[in-house]
Amino acid sequence: MTTAAPITKQALPTDWRDFYALTKPRVMSLVIFTGLCGLLAAPGSINPVLGFTAILCIALGAGGAGALNQWLESDLDAGMKRTQKRPIPAGRMDPTNARDFGIALSVLSVCLMGIAIGWLAASILLVSILYYAIIYTMWLKPRTPQNIVIGGAAGAFPPMIGWVAVTGDITLMPVLLFAIIFMWTPPHFWALALFIKSDYAKVGIPMMPVVRGQASTRRQIMVYSVLLVPIAAAPWFIGGTGAIYGIISIALSLAFLALSVPVATRISEDGDAMKPEKRLFAFSILYLFALFAALVVDRVAAYQGFAL
Amino acid sequence: MTPEELAEFRRRQKSRNWVLGGLLVFFAVLFYAITIVRMGD
Repeated sequence: MTTAAPITKQALPTDWRDFYALTKPRVMSLVIFTGLCGLLAAPGSINPVLGFTAILCIALGAGGAGALNQWLESDLDAGMKRTQKRPIPAGRMDPTNARDFGIALSVLSVCLMGIAIGWLAASILLVSILYYAIIYTMWLKPRTPQNIVIGGAAGAFPPMIGWVAVTGDITLMPVLLFAIIFMWTPPHFWALALFIKSDYAKVGIPMMPVVRGQASTRRQIMVYSVLLVPIAAAPWFIGGTGAIYGIISIALSLAFLALSVPVATRISEDGDAMKPEKRLFAFSILYLFALFAALVVDRVAAYQGFAL
Repeated sequence: MTPEELAEFRRRQKSRNWVLGGLLVFFAVLFYAITIVRMGD
């Protein structure tokens, strides 16, 4: 821990909002959304109370993993402008409280999922939490510039968990949903890393632009964007969805590809506004929301008999 | 502790208690609902 907080701050009980901030609410919103889409797009039905519980468990698990991540990285967070106002580096929370909060949320989410929904969904949830907190945060992130490629798997679990909560088994479709987010994460995150790379360099995190340089990073963004086109459309190819999803997914992926071309074909100088990178990053978030929404729309249309 | 600090201490303690109480009620209701639903399975 780098900074000792003033005594008066530590003596005060931590504001509950800081515990909330520890769960990374903005990341959680994407997790809840993709989990919900996995749940809604799965064939079959689930009681609304149990469906709500499944999504709650995914959210609690993500929150617990986020809290453990902030506990483990508080010294790094203190050194980066984007993260130094987080509860632990800012001295508003005792690190052990954050650790206990993270563990409690994680255990609660897995146990509740197991009891209310089933132990297969609970097992995948447990794996995703451990994957994020241990394999990604502790092991890969400080060691390899491929950290977020492999770490992206942690964020790819929620739609799979939502799906399995309904069906109770793992088929090709939930694996494809997993693969889509897995392929989406590197271009999404590297676009961000390109315009905030100075911060990561400062705390010694081997982000791709820092270690391999921006030319290599930009090339790899392109590779993943190309791969995303067939993988995002694969649920349609295997007959898991109708043409509504298929057409929307191809349109979205081609737009994603079109936005990654200017990112891939240029080199930025110091003081560059980084407009193409920021645009790609912003679109990548919209892309994932729209793609998973299309999955649900496709399923609803099929139920209503509108399938193309 | 100055009066201002004491007031802040009490305020945080109070808001935390409300949030915790709310969560306990929420989970009590949720577990009740889950039990009813699962009994019907």
